[in-house]
Amino acid sequence: MVTLRVNGKTHTVDVPPDMPLLWVLRDVIGLTGTKFGCGVALCGACTVHLDGRPIRSCVTPVAAVVGKTITTIEAVGEAPTGRKVQQAWLDLEVVQCGYCQSGQIMAAAALLATKPHPTDADIDAAMAGNICRCGTYPRIRAAIKQAALSKGA
Amino acid sequence: MHLVSRRTFLETSAAVGGGLLLGFTLPPLAPLQQNGPFVPNAFVRIDRDGRVTLIMHKVEMGQGTYTSMPMLLAEELEVDLSQVQLEHAPPDDARYAEPLFGVQETGGSTSVRGNWEPLRRAGATARSLLVAAAAQTWKVDPGSCHAAEGQVIHGPTGRSLNYGALVATAAALPLPRHVTLKDPKDFKLIGTPAKRLDAPDKVNGTAQYGIDVKVPGMKVATVAACPVFGGKVASVNDAKAKGIKGVQQVVRLDDAVAVVADHMWAAKQGLAALDIRWDEGPNAKLSTADIVQQLAAASEKAGVVARNEGDASKALAGAVRKVEAVYEVPFLAHATMEPVNCTVHVRPDGCDIWVGTQVPTFTQTAAAKLTGLPRDKVRVHNHLLGGGFGRRLEVDFVIRAVQIARQVASPVKVVWTREEDIQHDMYRPYYYDRIAAGLDEHGMPIAWTHRIAGSSIMDRVINQLFPKTLRVMRAAGLHQLVAMVKGLDVDAVEGAAEPPYTLPNIRVEYVRQEPPGVPTAFWRGVGPTHNIFVVESFMDELAAAARRDPVAYRLALLGGARAGGAAGRLGSAAAGGARARRLVTARLRELHRPGRRGVGVAGGRRARPPRGVRGGLRHHREPGHGEGADGERHHLRDHGRPVRRDHDQGRPRRAVQLQQLPDAAHQRGSRHRRASGQERRGAGRDRRAGHVGRDARPRQRHLRGDRQADPQAARQGPTVDQRCLMNEPSCSSA
Repeated sequence: MVTLRVNGKTHTVDVPPDMPLLWVLRDVIGLTGTKFGCGVALCGACTVHLDGRPIRSCVTPVAAVVGKTITTIEAVGEAPTGRKVQQAWLDLEVVQCGYCQSGQIMAAAALLATKPHPTDADIDAAMAGNICRCGTYPRIRAAIKQAALSKGA
Repeated sequence: MHLVSRRTFLETSAAVGGGLLLGFTLPPLAPLQQNGPFVPNAFVRIDRDGRVTLIMHKVEMGQGTYTSMPMLLAEELEVDLSQVQLEHAPPDDARYAEPLFGVQETGGSTSVRGNWEPLRRAGATARSLLVAAAAQTWKVDPGSCHAAEGQVIHGPTGRSLNYGALVATAAALPLPRHVTLKDPKDFKLIGTPAKRLDAPDKVNGTAQYGIDVKVPGMKVATVAACPVFGGKVASVNDAKAKGIKGVQQVVRLDDAVAVVADHMWAAKQGLAALDIRWDEGPNAKLSTADIVQQLAAASEKAGVVARNEGDASKALAGAVRKVEAVYEVPFLAHATMEPVNCTVHVRPDGCDIWVGTQVPTFTQTAAAKLTGLPRDKVRVHNHLLGGGFGRRLEVDFVIRAVQIARQVASPVKVVWTREEDIQHDMYRPYYYDRIAAGLDEHGMPIAWTHRIAGSSIMDRVINQLFPKTLRVMRAAGLHQLVAMVKGLDVDAVEGAAEPPYTLPNIRVEYVRQEPPGVPTAFWRGVGPTHNIFVVESFMDELAAAARRDPVAYRLALLGGARAGGAAGRLGSAAAGGARARRLVTARLRELHRPGRRGVGVAGGRRARPPRGVRGGLRHHREPGHGEGADGERHHLRDHGRPVRRDHDQGRPRRAVQLQQLPDAAHQRGSRHRRASGQERRGAGRDRRAGHVGRDARPRQRHLRGDRQADPQAARQGPTVDQRCLMNEPSCSSA
């Protein structure tokens, strides 16, 4: 049995300790907003926050996150930074197919939490691991900048 | 966007008789039962509480259909987009066939073109009935009433009734024989930058893609098909896999093995623990080099003529200078962000399928064939697509999931790993293009020959569509019909048969050459993605040979009145339009400042918009990154009347410097000149096609192959200033 703190709730799940957090979230707890894209930390679709830091849940064994705070796309809007990012995403109409956007938003929110006014280089560094097959990169960049400028939500 | 579940819908419609949803081309309905919703046609349902549901027969994969289709309906229905909820349509060609193709599908850039009038008509019909119902209620002339924002208003008295209050009366009225559509100048929604209806759910994690389905009792499976196309399972030892906690069952098929488990991790672990011996079959020894060799040989043969004007051979022979090149573009996987998946529950009396698909009726038919169930016992619950690009026009993964589900007692979600998704994609064909031009004493082309060798997707699809093929062909036009009968794959030559330039002696041919075993499929706009790359690259080569500026060179070729004119015979791919060409030329002259570095130009033309939506040429500028205007893109395009204007079109962006990130690696074609005898032997090119281990990376390297592998191309790097003439929007064509 593994006990996890996800989005403010405690979940006790019967899973092997090496099971990646992604599958615990999606297939056991039922939080499907976090996406499976590659399973090997190459696309960023599975990004969640671990104690506020972005991690790739598809390669993070569940044993490594016990006792820590996990936040997923379903709850990122409960924090002011996450809410600002989501609003900027809506204002600038970032999404197309949308499948990667949970991961993009989680990566962007984590960036703004540590760097409220990121430079282009900061954005590149923070977002480089998140692939968008539709090519929404210019809008992602603009939305991050807009979120950085907005006065809270 | 609130998407209601099919379950809710089926219960509702069952209560009022499932057959009451009618297409707009069918005769009027019988009156509805008491207390039912108002369902004037297959696209609109209004409940007594005033809820308006629009039934979406097109699917959303990023291209915006779940906003543009509702806008067409809501414009005429006189409801605000915020008042509507959307529902995925069930599979039903009779009601939901794409008017341009005769089957229910989302693809080929048809949604707005095909539904521009039908959906407005559906909205107008419903509105007209609601107005008539209100007039009847008030005993006034319908002409004195009008609809707005979900209400009917009686002008003279100012009385109003919500649509919900009119449902019972409206449902009992006969369908009007004739409805009048709005004059475009009265549009309130069409042409506005309406917000995407699918966006809110996509930023808060609640959007439901096929892969997110949860069904009670559902298991999760993952699958490995034989790594060599055409191979079979020889033996499987599943002892270790069955010992893994969470693994429930191992399913053996002819050419694949699946592990069914409580969750994806156990399924993946189980699959990795299987000891599978494959009988690799007839393609065991096949290599990429073999495939390329076959294509190269095919490109030496005469092909089916796609275009022939003047005498290209004679002109080539008499030219001052001859330039020849061979271009190859590799097999490309779709690599949708959402890996291929399909959830199926097969029971003796029926089958349910939860999937994101571009072709719901094909999905239903495929499952019915496999299970032996009648089609109406196969229910397809469509979902949002995490990318389509044509991958989800195929039903191979539905067939695979049904094959597995037939052996599983519970519902089973079959999710392919990314490695499987890439390795068993149905690829954009490997094309081998042999192209030559004869130049006159000024370096201008007086002869142009282009022969394209590659597999024919159209042939496969047309057989799949038969007998609906006839409708497709009728829609395509007589010339295309004749061409297809002669063996021309009109898709393979689209963008090559009608270059926008004045080329007095031109011959374009197609040679069909199927790669053994390798399945090929539509991949975005198939012809243009390959052909415009080839044509424009070769145009650059000609300009270089002539020592002319590449833009100036093209400008000199854009003037002729007959350029591309004959391509009109190829129906929708026509590149005529002297006026458009004049506008492009004029604008290009303005934009072009000779001497600047890194200028890229490409032009092409795809589908023709229907009457009433042709728009005129628009110029979009995307700011670039770096000093000055470097990196900026100019799009000169006529995409017709925009139904949904992009939110930032037509007004300058804030002064945010947007660094240009590379587009998803679409165009990694390669070229080699025969003249220099330069042969490229890139990393992975000697790998056996279709015979790759379970590691995704070697396969990906094999698939993309080629740009990185070409040292010359790598040195040149990507072009930073791309000017697209008359280009389709870069991403979302469906």
